[in-house]
Amino acid sequence: MAYFLFRRTLGFVLTLLAVSVVVFAVMNVLPGDPALTILGMDASDDALAALREQLGLNEPLATRYFSWVWNALQGDFGLSHSFRVPVSELIAERLPMTISLAIAGMLVTLVLALSLGITAAAQHRRGGDWGVMFLSQLGIAVPAFWLSILLVMLFAVKLRWLPPGGFAGWSDPVAALRSLILPTVALALVQSAVLARVTRSSALEVMRQDFVRTARASGLSQRRVLWRHVLPNALVPIVTIVGMQFAALVTGTIVIENVFYLPGLGRLIFQSIANRDLPTVQALVMLFAAIVVTANFVVDLLYVVIDPRLKART
Amino acid sequence: MRRLPANFLLGAVLVSIVVGIAALSLIWTPHDPQTMSISTKFAPPSATHWLGTDQLGRDVVAQLMAAARNSMTVALVAVLLGGSIGVALGLLASALGGWVEDGVMRLADLGFAFPALLFAIMLAAVFGPSLTNAVLAISFINIPIFARVTRASANQIWTRDYVAAARAAGRGRFAISRDHILPNIAAAIIVQATIEFAVAILAEAALSYLGLGAQPPASSWGRMLSEAQTLMYLAPQLAIYPGLCIVTAVLGFGLLGDGLRDITDPRLVRAR
Repeated sequence: MAYFLFRRTLGFVLTLLAVSVVVFAVMNVLPGDPALTILGMDASDDALAALREQLGLNEPLATRYFSWVWNALQGDFGLSHSFRVPVSELIAERLPMTISLAIAGMLVTLVLALSLGITAAAQHRRGGDWGVMFLSQLGIAVPAFWLSILLVMLFAVKLRWLPPGGFAGWSDPVAALRSLILPTVALALVQSAVLARVTRSSALEVMRQDFVRTARASGLSQRRVLWRHVLPNALVPIVTIVGMQFAALVTGTIVIENVFYLPGLGRLIFQSIANRDLPTVQALVMLFAAIVVTANFVVDLLYVVIDPRLKART
Repeated sequence: MRRLPANFLLGAVLVSIVVGIAALSLIWTPHDPQTMSISTKFAPPSATHWLGTDQLGRDVVAQLMAAARNSMTVALVAVLLGGSIGVALGLLASALGGWVEDGVMRLADLGFAFPALLFAIMLAAVFGPSLTNAVLAISFINIPIFARVTRASANQIWTRDYVAAARAAGRGRFAISRDHILPNIAAAIIVQATIEFAVAILAEAALSYLGLGAQPPASSWGRMLSEAQTLMYLAPQLAIYPGLCIVTAVLGFGLLGDGLRDITDPRLVRAR
């Protein structure tokens, strides 16, 4: 067990390092002058030289890479050019928005996907099953941003029940929650399409096993059999997909924030592209990639908690 | 003769429609997709403009057709580019084994840390947004996917007797990869390519919607939607058609891929 933990942790740290090399390389080594990118073609030579000095562009690449990583580990991502504040301050300011959206989206996804998947499995080859399978096939094909537009057209433009976008802050909790409803639903509907399928097929697999028949034969209600006996045993593939979907969730959050003009990290990254704010983009891409890698690492560890049999094999 | 699976048939029909329309747009569109005519902006559907016109008086049908062509081209280039690099890496990993295999697979793991969007964001920040960068980003995420599928399928073929026979006959690893391994894993690769085609269409639409893909005046379903979003109160219908096109195309290629897998790998049908 200790060896397993050690190996996985080492792999995790190495992957993070490799990710940081890739991000740094793409943002710095590829042809092009960051100072020119930031200031534009008509910048004066003096201004360019000053910015190069400030960005440390005159240092050797390796030095710049190590100082970037070293500073980032201490929470210092440099200075944002467009906002003229430390990038870490920007992140701290925007992070709660993104986290709330991601967590709310994940929770709704889990509730939707698990109940739909289990229902479909219970109704195997009957109406409910076909319905869920059809919806999930459709859900995989519908882009989250289009679904968002449709939701806004119905609930904000036509019915006027919910705001079409924007976020005024948590000072008015009711208004804040109301502006999070549509983004969360848009994020969750698309996410749960894949997960509902996996839940269904994994549950079907488990339902064929003897202990489920025994549970049924001993007179347990269908509901109890499904949620207490089938679901826990069907969790390993489900958790795998949840982990793999974390990348999709991160991407989804970036997209949804831009559709609904929510002031989170996903919106910040696009503002930074528009402002040619390279240090901010670099920090945010690294942050998002690190989130994906960390999610996969956590899933690896979760396997052992869910299925102790895997411990022996690893 | 076994009956073809329903998902394959439906997928084939949808794909034929989308690809047919994209091909047709090469030689004919009802109007020029870029020609503006402010006097006829927001025209309702009519005999001249089947689905009406947009905020600049451009014909919606013509734009949808041109966008179909662009979307298919992007997906094709991205899957071919990323797919061939991925397949080559997978074959190499499987043929050589050892540290090469380990190295390629670790690289593939690394690739999974970057969703296409993150990669496109980096490229857009450094080089400015463009369709080429979007294609590169989508190609890039295809490399690890194809490398994994290829390696896994190829490793199975390497254990076969006829491969052992070829090796005993003195054939080299690369010759065997080309003549025996690749033809025998082609089905798995084609299935994956069809599914990734659907993913690529979705990715292009999302990147273009976000402004990281097709730039004006090029037609793109994603960009049409981002323009339509600002006109939701004036012309809600403009936000409907491009979305329906995306769903048709993605659903078509997704179903076709699932169907092809069912046909080429019958074991999976029973498992489901």
